Amino acid sequence: MNKEEYKKLVKQMSPKEPKLRNAIVAFLAGGSVGFIGEVIVRILMESFSLAKVDAYAWLAFIIILFATFMTAIGKFDNIVEKAKCGLIIPTTGFAHSVQSAAIDYKKDGLVTGIGANVFKLAGSVIIYGIISAFFLVLLKVVLYG
Amino acid sequence: MASFKFNNIYLNDWLTLMGPLESNSKLKKIDLKMDDYYFGEKTFEKAEAKMQKVVIEKILEKNKLNYNNIDLIVGGDLLDQISATSYACKEMPTSFLGIYSACATFPESLIIGSMFLNDKNIKKVLGITSSHNLSAERQFRYPVEYGVPKPHTSTFTTTAGISTILSKDEGKIKIESATVGKITEMGIKDANNLGAVMAPAAARTLYEHLEDLKRDVDYYDLILTGDLGCIGGSIFKEYLNRKYAIKLKKHLDAGCELYLKSQETYSGGSGPACLPLVLFNKIIASKKYKKILIIGTGALHSKTFVNQKSPIPAIAHAVSLEVI
Repeated sequence: MNKEEYKKLVKQMSPKEPKLRNAIVAFLAGGSVGFIGEVIVRILMESFSLAKVDAYAWLAFIIILFATFMTAIGKFDNIVEKAKCGLIIPTTGFAHSVQSAAIDYKKDGLVTGIGANVFKLAGSVIIYGIISAFFLVLLKVVLYG
Repeated sequence: MASFKFNNIYLNDWLTLMGPLESNSKLKKIDLKMDDYYFGEKTFEKAEAKMQKVVIEKILEKNKLNYNNIDLIVGGDLLDQISATSYACKEMPTSFLGIYSACATFPESLIIGSMFLNDKNIKKVLGITSSHNLSAERQFRYPVEYGVPKPHTSTFTTTAGISTILSKDEGKIKIESATVGKITEMGIKDANNLGAVMAPAAARTLYEHLEDLKRDVDYYDLILTGDLGCIGGSIFKEYLNRKYAIKLKKHLDAGCELYLKSQETYSGGSGPACLPLVLFNKIIASKKYKKILIIGTGALHSKTFVNQKSPIPAIAHAVSLEVI
């Protein structure tokens, strides 16, 4: 049996991940976060008479605080297990990755631990986020002036 | 060829210390257990070193021995530079050999220990190994609290510390023969499917063991593979049948025999401590088997090489045990 045949055997014998089901779960979970966010924004705008832009800033703050807190008490990873990537892709996932790295590397020192590792997972989101934002703005300027 | 028979080498005693999940699993017997993953220490790495220290101290105490009675310590673990073992043994006035072959460390320690015992100056060898779910998780995967959906083929690192005493004095288990495996790589790059990475190495070692010693697979009452997991275990059997035409009936995989389904450990347990934990606290405790061939399987997995898109090499060492 050569390597190619073996790879086929492994593929055949490993259970298939329920990709469609995971995607639907993630869609619903992520969608609910969006829905709850929208409700919070409406409440902030109407009950606290905030401007739309301020309400969204407050919303980001609330969602990040929630995800960070749930990570700190050790519950967020259990929710992710159920909600699949629905909670990893939105801001909640970003906050979670920073917080979980911070907890993990706290014991390795302030500089060599937290400082060096806190963006271990979130670093790629930041760098590629900035690069894609740059190109999107460039495109906008070229197309619409 | 690297198979050999041993004369009068015995596994006199063993001691296991297991984590909270393992003490509520399919195991039949509990020696020592810990209630949380910190084990009174500040970090998981220090906890793992302490686990090893405790199993060494307790096994010496149980056998009324002290460090001067031990001529050599042979052991290793999963952490970088096998640091849990080095830290566990740093205060012990005993000669020390650190070894690494990932989850095949336990049979490797038996083989090296038995070889040393052939020398008349070496009377007693102490073997140790450990793995800790959260220190392994930190090192090989993601931060402990980071949640990420895992595929069904992934395995769960066992938390346990194991110590063994080997000598020429007749004891509970005879170390009858062994085969040192060869590094095998079949092009699998998926670090979430280590069972598939290790299965060909296990099959190769089993085949060579049987060929070298001119034995039939039915010679053994049980073939116990290390930590292929439930999925890896079935790939192993299929591969063995297709490549070497060996039909395996009396086979169990330690990874698959450890956790309950409700414990959600995907394909099963893994880690250097998985095989000895199941061997001692389930297989031997059940008193059903006499001739057991253990095949420890190690994925020689490096994060750097995996990121550089290299396939993962694997190793498997086999040791034949006879329960007296």
